[in-house]
Amino acid sequence: MKVKESMGRKVFLVSNALILGLVGFLCLAPMLHVIASSISDPITLARERGFHLWPIAPFSFEGYKAVLGYQNILTGYGNTVFYVAAGIVFNLFLTTIAAYVLSRKRFMPGNVIMLFIAFTMLFNGGLIPNYLLIVRMGLVDNRLAVILPSAFNAFNLVIMRTSMKEIPEALEESARLDGANDLQILWHIIIPVSQATMAVITLFVAVSIWNSWFTASIYLTDRAKWPLQLFLREVLINNSQRSLNAGVKASAMTLQTLVKYCVIVVATLPILFIYPFLQKYFVKGIMIGSIKG
Amino acid sequence: MNWKQLAANYRSNKLLYWMILPVICFVILFSYVPMFGLTMAFQDYSLVKGIFGSKWIGLENFQDFFTSMYFGRTLRNTLVLSFFDLLFSFPAPIILALMLNEVRRLRYKKLIQTISYMPHFISMIVVAGLIMEFTNSSGVIGSIVSAMGGTPKSYISLPQYFRPIFIVSEIWQHVGFNSIIYLAALSGISEDLYEAARIDGAGRFRQMLNVTLPGLTPTIIIMFILRCGAIMNLNFEKVLLLYSPSTYETADIISTYVYRIGIIKQKIGYSTAVGLFNSVVSFALVLTANKISKTYTEVSMF
Repeated sequence: MKVKESMGRKVFLVSNALILGLVGFLCLAPMLHVIASSISDPITLARERGFHLWPIAPFSFEGYKAVLGYQNILTGYGNTVFYVAAGIVFNLFLTTIAAYVLSRKRFMPGNVIMLFIAFTMLFNGGLIPNYLLIVRMGLVDNRLAVILPSAFNAFNLVIMRTSMKEIPEALEESARLDGANDLQILWHIIIPVSQATMAVITLFVAVSIWNSWFTASIYLTDRAKWPLQLFLREVLINNSQRSLNAGVKASAMTLQTLVKYCVIVVATLPILFIYPFLQKYFVKGIMIGSIKG
Repeated sequence: MNWKQLAANYRSNKLLYWMILPVICFVILFSYVPMFGLTMAFQDYSLVKGIFGSKWIGLENFQDFFTSMYFGRTLRNTLVLSFFDLLFSFPAPIILALMLNEVRRLRYKKLIQTISYMPHFISMIVVAGLIMEFTNSSGVIGSIVSAMGGTPKSYISLPQYFRPIFIVSEIWQHVGFNSIIYLAALSGISEDLYEAARIDGAGRFRQMLNVTLPGLTPTIIIMFILRCGAIMNLNFEKVLLLYSPSTYETADIISTYVYRIGIIKQKIGYSTAVGLFNSVVSFALVLTANKISKTYTEVSMF
């Protein structure tokens, strides 16, 4: 049914679209500024500051070349990739097993255990007792201090359990009649049909660990174990050039402003490239998580 | 459920019980042991003597906090910052979702959505770094001010600007991502309801008022309950990165105070007490919001 639209309606639609365009621009602008600045002429950039949506000519890739020469940034990158990978493995392992068991109707204490775990979403010990636990476990300056606290999360369990509950029981029944045990059912039947949910959890975990810095900042003093974000903090927040200085000649000093932007791009781009493709998955994840949460 | 049934259930599903065991151990160790550690709040905790050897001092730590100058300042800052956050950041994604819902060109809608999610994926460190760059005297805001004839200042180090900077950046970071849930709720409203409203002669605005908003209300209430529970848990990492001694007056919230006093100064018992105060208030707020909602709207989380 095609309705002829009134003048007022047209004005509304156009101004609505324009405002949304402005919102989109505002969301994008800071990142555009960073990218434009990262390939600008280093000398003019250091002098002018301000806001740039377009790089200052002559374009320069000196900053990116310099970033590749900073040992700290490379160390941080390597560590972050390691923490993300370890986090994904731990989270998928613990979440999948727990969700499988807790979504089985024949597992009697399921609801009690679920409550026991879900309660931790509402109330927890807070910063200091958690900190002391890690200290008492002797994990200060140990990579496990970063990996273990984020190895499992009740929110992800809720998402996974909900999606596993929706899998028809008949699928499992036939396998059980054939004599399959629970590990076999999980591996051969449940996991293959849960891949979309596992992708959601992988994405959530990857983004949160990639961007996390606080845990590492209180437990790790050894710079060799620092994730990228801590080096970034040194460069961006503390305004210390320590991360960038090591092994760099004085001639590179003019590059410092430029390098700041390059480091942001290098640290942020991987995630900004991935998320649009996984959008449909995390939208689904948020829905399940918040409705059943 | 009695023990006999449970034993029988265990015998026929042994593997399930063994599979869940490591997860339970993990949750006990990393969630319930710290909860037990909250008893340090009632101790003159000493790292050497540990939790079983330290002296019990009752509510002394709490008394110290309530009578110190920090109690009023950190509680006020937490509540004020949270109130303004709630006032501006909570409705923003709802408005964005309603606007996106009116867009007829689906590709344009999709594009704006994708772009608006982006800030959510940028790390806190980078966001804080950008805020500091934009708000320093030679940054964007400074240039606008000097173009209008004013004198640019370093805004992030002035206490009167901390709250606006925090709130605006909070909206920027989360407006798009938080609109997802409302958009999903909007797409769940049946087209028949709009059809019926049109037949009854309702214009676009009446349709929004009488069909769209009621359809969105349960989601708004649930999100509001969740948000109330988070009143005491503001974006702690962001405050920590953005504040400085010159802005403590407006920026120092309870959780950043706990961090300074506990992790930096190592006053464990006292900082645990301050943290516990925060958690208890926070827990009470969720329960209250949930209860109120249950009574008046029949929507609740638990």
